[in-house]
Amino acid sequence: MADVAMHHPAVEAFEPPLFRTNSKKLGMWLFIMSDSLTFGALLFAYSYGRISNPAWPMPFGSPSIMRASIMTFFLLSSSLTMVLGVAAAGQGRMSAAVRWLLATMLLGTGFIVLHAAEWTGLIHEGLTPFKNPWAAGVPQFGGTFFTLTGMHMLHVTLGVIYLGVVALRKKWIPILLVLWLLAWLLTPASSPFHYGAHVLLLGAIVASMILYFKPKQYDAVDIEVSGLYWHFVDLVWMFIFPLVYLMSTRIT
Amino acid sequence: MAHGTPTATAEAHQPKAGQFFWVWGGLLILTAIEVYLGYQNMQPLKMLFILLGLSIIKSALIILYFMHMKFEIRSMRYVLMTALIVCLCLMTVFFADAARIISLGVR
Repeated sequence: MADVAMHHPAVEAFEPPLFRTNSKKLGMWLFIMSDSLTFGALLFAYSYGRISNPAWPMPFGSPSIMRASIMTFFLLSSSLTMVLGVAAAGQGRMSAAVRWLLATMLLGTGFIVLHAAEWTGLIHEGLTPFKNPWAAGVPQFGGTFFTLTGMHMLHVTLGVIYLGVVALRKKWIPILLVLWLLAWLLTPASSPFHYGAHVLLLGAIVASMILYFKPKQYDAVDIEVSGLYWHFVDLVWMFIFPLVYLMSTRIT
Repeated sequence: MAHGTPTATAEAHQPKAGQFFWVWGGLLILTAIEVYLGYQNMQPLKMLFILLGLSIIKSALIILYFMHMKFEIRSMRYVLMTALIVCLCLMTVFFADAARIISLGVR
């Protein structure tokens, strides 16, 4: 019976999957490649400005470097917890996988909070996308800095939302809405995070649409695909941290 | 069927959890080296190349072990990574212009 099925013309009509891997995984890899080029362009734009301007501002003192180092530790550790979650899911230990995903989300949230504190400090010193208080002749510093780090912060935020969908499913929506309200109401109207908090609301709307219109139990492959995205976000920071922060230190 | 099913192939090459801790430790050490270099007053172009080199090693570790690329089939590794590296290398053409500006004092 099995031989009959194997030689049926309908079976032969299907090609083996590309690279003998899951199509969802391949799709995420293709997204990561396109996103790499976006970040690559932003990083090269920043680095071009940095090395072609002798008067490039050096705003990052020891406290900034320490904070950015802790943020790097958070992201690297979140990659470890993520990969342990993927391994647990691969072994069928789904509750352990969910716990690792929650740890990853917690570390990612810690990264976002520290990064927001870093931005707030720089904004209070007078940094805007169009001017900076350290080098009036280099107005592009603020623009390149906020675009690059803001784009990355957005990716980390979306990553936390994505992992929440995979780990908690519908239970994640009310938590996300509470986080949105807290972020919106607790930040002053002058802060960019007062408006940036609406990303959480948009995330909650999109996550609700996915979870209610296409409900499913996420499996090991889904966790692995979400892991690919999370590691990519970590990987991008491995370039932003040295090229943006360490290349512009104000340490004597 | 000579190559086995994708699931069987993947299961045969699953990394051990201890390996992830080693990679994490390596990444932390490389980050510590970068932070140390940040405290040295080096010439920007020299600093840029050293930091880029360390970042490339770190990203290779993340892609190979955390993103499991080491355990994918060879054709996937070569096709995806070659395309990405070539595209990113094309962007380095701008660095020559940045170096020209700083060397010749062009404004």
